[in-house]
Amino acid sequence: MRVSKRASAVALGAAFALIASGCSSGGNEGGEGGNSSDGAVTIHGVQPENPLVPANTTETGGGKIIDDLWTGLVEYPNNGGAPQNAVAESIETTDSKVFKIKIKENTKFHDGTVVKAKNFVDAWNWAAYSPNGAQNASFFADIDGFADVNKEDPDGPDGPQKAPEPTADKMSGLKVVDDWNFEVTLAAPTAVFPTKLGYSAFMPLPDAFFSQKAEDFGKKPIGNGPVKFVSWEDDVAIKLTRFDDYSLRDKMKVKDVTVKLYQDENAAYNDLLSGNLDFLESIPVSALAGDKWKSDLGDRAMNTTTPTTAFIAFPFYDKRFQNPKLRKAVSLAIDRQEISDKIFFGTRKPADSWANPLTPGAKPGNCTVCKFDAAQAKQLLTEAGGFQGEMVFYYNADSSHKEWMDAVAQQVKTNLGINARAEGMPTFAVFRAAVNAHKMKGPYRAAWQQDYPDVENWVNPLFVKGGSSNDGLYSNPEVDRLAKEASGAPSLEASHEKFAEAVALVDQDVPSLPIYFYGLQSGHSEKIKKMELNNVGEADITTIEL
Amino acid sequence: MGRYLLRRLLQLVPVFIGTTFMIYWLVWSVPGDPFAGKCGERRCPDTYIAFMTEKYQLDQPVWVQYATYMKNLLQGDFGTKFSGQSINDIILTSYPNTLKLALVALGIEAVIGLGAGVLTGLRRNGFLDNLVLISTLFLIALPIFVIGFVTQWLFGVKWGIVTPTVSSEMRFSELILPGFVLGSVSMAYIARVARTSIAENRRGDYVRTAIAKGLPMRRVVGVHLLRNSLIPVVTLLGTDLGALMGGAIVTEGIFGINGIGRQVYRAILTKESATVVSIVVVLVLVYLLMNLLVDLLYAALDPRIRYE
Repeated sequence: MRVSKRASAVALGAAFALIASGCSSGGNEGGEGGNSSDGAVTIHGVQPENPLVPANTTETGGGKIIDDLWTGLVEYPNNGGAPQNAVAESIETTDSKVFKIKIKENTKFHDGTVVKAKNFVDAWNWAAYSPNGAQNASFFADIDGFADVNKEDPDGPDGPQKAPEPTADKMSGLKVVDDWNFEVTLAAPTAVFPTKLGYSAFMPLPDAFFSQKAEDFGKKPIGNGPVKFVSWEDDVAIKLTRFDDYSLRDKMKVKDVTVKLYQDENAAYNDLLSGNLDFLESIPVSALAGDKWKSDLGDRAMNTTTPTTAFIAFPFYDKRFQNPKLRKAVSLAIDRQEISDKIFFGTRKPADSWANPLTPGAKPGNCTVCKFDAAQAKQLLTEAGGFQGEMVFYYNADSSHKEWMDAVAQQVKTNLGINARAEGMPTFAVFRAAVNAHKMKGPYRAAWQQDYPDVENWVNPLFVKGGSSNDGLYSNPEVDRLAKEASGAPSLEASHEKFAEAVALVDQDVPSLPIYFYGLQSGHSEKIKKMELNNVGEADITTIEL
Repeated sequence: MGRYLLRRLLQLVPVFIGTTFMIYWLVWSVPGDPFAGKCGERRCPDTYIAFMTEKYQLDQPVWVQYATYMKNLLQGDFGTKFSGQSINDIILTSYPNTLKLALVALGIEAVIGLGAGVLTGLRRNGFLDNLVLISTLFLIALPIFVIGFVTQWLFGVKWGIVTPTVSSEMRFSELILPGFVLGSVSMAYIARVARTSIAENRRGDYVRTAIAKGLPMRRVVGVHLLRNSLIPVVTLLGTDLGALMGGAIVTEGIFGINGIGRQVYRAILTKESATVVSIVVVLVLVYLLMNLLVDLLYAALDPRIRYE
């Protein structure tokens, strides 16, 4: 998951294609996109934390630039629908285990070299090879031979022992057939694999990448997307310009894009109001209060929901939270609608399902304990034998979680009579360190933004034993079994059905509490006549028209 | 004078080593693991953590890390950030920006603050005196971010006189507003200190003598009175340059200036000891040298002060 550090951990999510409504004012000004072709726009950005290497970028600041600089095998449509082929000509499989991938011929990298099958295979092998230390290495774990190139440290990174050298530097499951064809063999059938291919970890890398250090490449990245890299002045701006040899669907309409790197969103907002900035993807809270942003921006204000959900997770390693009835009682005692209205001014929607309903394969409204029912909550608490001691809800205090976490604790206190309160831990890093070490002493906030649009991404990482974000250590063998079957199903439809069964069991166990679905409030300048947001709520710069 | 200077310069060495070690140790002991929050709501892969730990020697004890850092520092290498960015580059780009901002702020506070101080000190209890007293009280009472946001909104958004944020070229015209905001509180103090100092010295024997001697009033004030009254003001201004540079975090954030305040703030959050210490090292040097300069200026201003 990509994560925005400033908004701490919940990053922007995304969703619907949203067509900005600027057309009403722009219709009769005679522009008609005529001044787009050599136009320039300035959009909001955040200094990337790492050099721009796709497999080593997990935060939104850099991720956004990478999404513009690269085009993957598949792309996720702006309307949140199923992925479509982009660089791929076809992706074929009969058993969800062996995939034959054919790519479009003669698409180009920004340095003029042709994108060939080996550019994908080499890039993936580089990312998976453990001595390269790529943050996204685990995305390749499905591929046969991953265990040979990626060796875990036997006693963890803090232990005295060093990780063993990998026994191979290439995954045996990747085979280049010719310039335009390659074959991927997975360790086990995975129906969702083609969907994953649009995530930035799977982008191709040009030959130039392999002849220099990754850091140096990342300072002057060469991609294959609709814009190419011009310059990067740290903490000031990243400049991009249209790639004229781009032959795929989403060509740029404007020419130059400057991503201005801000530290403070209020500064960016003031720039937007005075016309120095053309697009801001998340309006600061100060402007959301009292709907100030709507009166400031008028029809240039854009409101959308995103496939990101805020949860409260339970630490299963703490005996006090092992009774499902207690967890259900807590869930039913929370009035999500009130939190959404009073604290978020309606910009976030009360959660009522396990996977975010914007995700393909997710069923809306399948969380039976997400409603507010104080009477039933009390009864369940009595059946669970009450709760002894203090229930502390934890959050990271370096971002705006205090208000809603306080509200949750207060509701639990009022409706269940449990001695509950919320406590902030100083920073996201301190908070996550405790979560990762399984040392939480009470329920804690969590958030999840999908990496790729499929319900699989909402079940395997969160509710399956050993899942990458199942930090509460929830485990139900039956859920694990169903999720495994679902992942290995021969088709996506069959897979979604099985996942629905797994989620029904999750709904009985209540391992965490979905609280709200994120919304995103953005705005653009008067200069932009038309634009769309992509499936994660960032500006789709290829759709911008002036 | 020469020996005094040498002694002062030698004193800088232990102060320098002491402060750098303290800062290094403080940042190092901030709780939290630099990679715990790096990959969002999931753990970073162990292979990534192992790779970074080894690359930045994070598994070594703090004094070994510090020794390595100092060794590189003496060779002019401040190290690199976790992102691979060279800290030398960061310092080279962000320090001039902050320095420019601080100098503009210093200029504004010296001119306005001193002007207001001299005028009110000479004519006490008049309308102007009361106006300055009230307005300085107002400035001191307001937190700096309130002044920043309000002026930015008024001048930048509402009236459109200036751009709300400063561009990367750091033009002088763009820096006037942030400079005023940054210097506003010190400006108020300087006005008050100058006023008191002038008012006190106004009754001094030497002023009476000068007037009795028949010197024109302009010379009495400009040469005799002002020079003697400037000592507390110069102390304030000199140490203020350091304070302005270190205290620019809020102003830099509001006006989008790529200066050291912003760099230090981010580095503390991400536990990048090397970056924090490197920036502060330069800041410590600025402080120490400004202090020295102020002490030397005393002698120039007041002939009664001599250094042996």
